[in-house]
Amino acid sequence: MAEEVLLFGFWGSPFSRRVEMVLKLKGIEYKYTDEDFSNKSPSLLKYNPIHKKVPVFVHNGKHLAESLVILEYIDETWKDHPILPKDPYERANARFWAKFIDDKYLSAIWKSCTCEKEEREKAVEETSELLQFLENELKEQKYFGGETIGLVDIAANIIGYWLEIFEEAFGVELLRKEKFPKLCNWASEFVSVSAIKENLPPSDKLIAFLQNRFGVGNASK
Amino acid sequence: MAKHDVKVLGTWYSPPGMRPRIALNIKSVKYEFLEETMAPKSELLLQSNPVHKKIPVLIHGDKPICESMIIVEYIDEVWTSGPSILPSDPYDRAIQRFWAAYVDEKWLAAMIGLRSAQGEERKAFLDQVTEGLALLEEAFGKCSKGKAFFGGDRIGLLDIAFGSLLGWLKLTEKVNGVKLLDEAKTPGLVKWAERFCADAAVKSVMPETEKLLEFSKVVAAKMKGAPPPKN
Repeated sequence: MAEEVLLFGFWGSPFSRRVEMVLKLKGIEYKYTDEDFSNKSPSLLKYNPIHKKVPVFVHNGKHLAESLVILEYIDETWKDHPILPKDPYERANARFWAKFIDDKYLSAIWKSCTCEKEEREKAVEETSELLQFLENELKEQKYFGGETIGLVDIAANIIGYWLEIFEEAFGVELLRKEKFPKLCNWASEFVSVSAIKENLPPSDKLIAFLQNRFGVGNASK
Repeated sequence: MAKHDVKVLGTWYSPPGMRPRIALNIKSVKYEFLEETMAPKSELLLQSNPVHKKIPVLIHGDKPICESMIIVEYIDEVWTSGPSILPSDPYDRAIQRFWAAYVDEKWLAAMIGLRSAQGEERKAFLDQVTEGLALLEEAFGKCSKGKAFFGGDRIGLLDIAFGSLLGWLKLTEKVNGVKLLDEAKTPGLVKWAERFCADAAVKSVMPETEKLLEFSKVVAAKMKGAPPPKN
């Protein structure tokens, strides 16, 4: 049976890259379209009229938006390399952390990088508290998912890769090795997994994009 | 794992707090409802939900589960002998999850904004709320496929997510003197709301509008218009 799998994304977005990471992990072939934010394609607007955002995933004509919703759909449809555990309590735990990451982290990192100088210290402290939760959650495991990467690892791609990009682009230090040894270790393990490595945007290109788009000359160290 | 010894930590007035209780009622699971004091927050709440310090929390045996919709999915996965809360088809499941997230993130934010806004800002929030309801009316048509609920013949995930907000929706209509669910604009949702509130799994946990009205006056007096605790 011929499967038609489409993904509308943005090369720099951690959210659309999450979907690519899982598709790669499960060996699913797909057709990718990169979106230009200043000129969103008719397809994107048609498939995601509510949020008008990437990623948008289309499987045999059925379309979905919201990265975590898409990830669970992919996991339920293609059963190889599951990203959620079988036990209901562990599944609830994974969903909890994935949602927490989505709700809090990117906005906290963003705030730390782009706020006014006098607010910087407080914003960095708040981000630090958030990072501490994940540092604690790792315990002695290699990944949040245990021995293999799972939903939380993929949701945490923001911390695993994009965080360092933001740090470099905006000259802010957020993930210090002395303070977050497990999280730093996890990040280097995470980015060396081949399904992940192949789906990371080039750092210099992303740094340049962020600096150009968001006028990094305004942020002071 | 023992399936007895189920507690729900919540409040009588909180919409997210209703969700685990509706789900447990659907599954005919007996549970103990622990009314949380909130001010100050109980030791049990702080220990079982140290990250958010918010209700509801489901305590199953010795395990706490947090975040209302995650709790609902957990209940569905543990008590498999009862009616299913999520459909079996992955796409239908994804659509339910998508709209549940929309209700909680976008629509609820507009409702909360509406409660304390004035003037132009109030009109803007009201527009957002009614636009959201138009989207949900359309979603209802697609999800229900002509049946009684978003979940089909029975209450499902999205019914629980959105239906739990009906008490506050009715309160907002009363306080603001507006009709949000309207026979002309959202006929499907009007009838759905009646069926949802009358359902055996919901009736005992849905707060009465009058009681919510009294409560909201108390809260407003204490907090000077700030939104009530969320999630």
